Amino acid sequence: MFKNIMHHRASSSEDCAKLCCTRIEDFGVKVGRLTIFDHVNIHVHCGQLTALIGPNGAGKSTLLKAILGEVPHTGKLKYMDAKGRRTGHPLIGYVPQYLRFDVSAPTSVMDIFMACLSDKPVWLWPGKSLRARVEQNLQRVRAAHLIDRRLGALSGGELQRVLLALALDPMPDLLLLDEPVSGVDQNGLELFYEIVAELREKEDMAIILISHDLNMVARHADQVVLMDKGVISAGTPEEVFGDSRTQKIFGMLAGQTAAELHQVEAAHPEEAGRPRREVQD
Amino acid sequence: MELLYSAMDTLLPFAWAGHAFMKHAFLAVLLVMPLFGLLSTMVVSSRMAFFSDSLGHGAFTGIALGALLGAVSPLASLLVFSVAFALFITYIKNKSTASTDTVIGVFSSTAIAVGLMIMSYGGSFNKFSSYLVGDILSITPQELGALLAVFLLVLLVWGLLFNKLLVLSINPSFARSRGVNAYLAESLFAATLAVVVSISIQWVGILIINAMLVLPAAAARNLAGNVKQYHFLSVLIALAAGISGLILAYYFNMAAGATIVVISAAVFFATLFLKPYFVR
Repeated sequence: MFKNIMHHRASSSEDCAKLCCTRIEDFGVKVGRLTIFDHVNIHVHCGQLTALIGPNGAGKSTLLKAILGEVPHTGKLKYMDAKGRRTGHPLIGYVPQYLRFDVSAPTSVMDIFMACLSDKPVWLWPGKSLRARVEQNLQRVRAAHLIDRRLGALSGGELQRVLLALALDPMPDLLLLDEPVSGVDQNGLELFYEIVAELREKEDMAIILISHDLNMVARHADQVVLMDKGVISAGTPEEVFGDSRTQKIFGMLAGQTAAELHQVEAAHPEEAGRPRREVQD
Repeated sequence: MELLYSAMDTLLPFAWAGHAFMKHAFLAVLLVMPLFGLLSTMVVSSRMAFFSDSLGHGAFTGIALGALLGAVSPLASLLVFSVAFALFITYIKNKSTASTDTVIGVFSSTAIAVGLMIMSYGGSFNKFSSYLVGDILSITPQELGALLAVFLLVLLVWGLLFNKLLVLSINPSFARSRGVNAYLAESLFAATLAVVVSISIQWVGILIINAMLVLPAAAARNLAGNVKQYHFLSVLIALAAGISGLILAYYFNMAAGATIVVISAAVFFATLFLKPYFVR
């Protein structure tokens, strides 16, 4: 009963008459006989940041891989652009959590951009014509100075920003961010969220972010989805963090975040997160 | 061919280059070593050293089957078997939840065992021993023609495939989001490796073929800072080791394949010590 009320107020249940939107409908993933998650319904609008939270092993990263189509899944992914003309599969940008390569790999930032953006073989082609475009891409994440650096020589935060820049060319309809559990320092993390918030403002895209930092989620997300082998609760940060189930899973941490959120909201309502977007018509 | 001989006589006025078999061997080195240099970059970057090792082991069965069937040439049987073997490992690797090294280990040992079983059938093992060490001096002009065809084919495949493999070596999910078909790219790379291994195994030898697919790139990545340097150095090291190994083997009457590998290993250790001055 309570859940229904919550869910009804969540932005995820509003229809998307004039905004582009992506619907994840009844997603489920099974590996052998083990169910990773099932009956996941999430609805994201462009210009919205949806944060996925949940304990380790809740299936958050697997959900992103299912959206990418890398993991076989049940359910459908539906996309419709603002004018309702283009439907079908959204263009997806993806920023992985960690890289499975050793730090000695002789691949520069420019190399990896060229491999992604061009069909000409990186080992043979000079790639001068691409350089301006790559610099522009890197500028967007404040990483233009890293263009000739080896990937292995980047810090966790720098690498994350370079990968974000890669995911933004071509500009996707849906951006999936799998935030690392560790390896990014606090400054790097704040810069990353700043850039993501900027993207949300300027570009017409929906963002789904897996996060482990509840404070950042409380400050930046429009919609929070709590996952543990399925969607436990979904709604605005206030709703989800105030929910007893969230507090049970995350313990004191979520309770504190919710309390802080209320304090901030009481003191300066306009600073409590972000300018509210009108989702409904 | 005659034209090529006279050109080589003018360009290489050395005693070792006087013999026709040395000319053939030299041309073979010029054709095959760059391929090892190119392919080894991705073998090392994608951590496929164990996989390429298993291709050498698979050759046991391929050669033995060829001898058993009799009607087809050993090279043809080896080529077909190696490609099928490589594609099958890639397929099982993608289907199975067992770890990659276990899957490869199972196939690799099975291939050796089956090969040895067939080879030793009727006590005729000795006639296969030349495949273990290899003999570069046995190369014929016809085989050089086949090498040239493979050389051009691999260059073409490498031009089309490399970018995808590079993205894939970074992160499979990320590659997926860029529209890279991981299974197709891996299979093509595995098949290409299998072709290069099978055409060169008769002169490099089963025992040391994997060294050729690991050492040039392993040495190059100690010095390189980007993909272009990596490729250039890897090919350069492979070629230099190939030519100097061939000449040394001629003068000291040693197995050429083994000499090339020892020189490559020496280059690897030298670059290991130089690494702090190049890669920061």
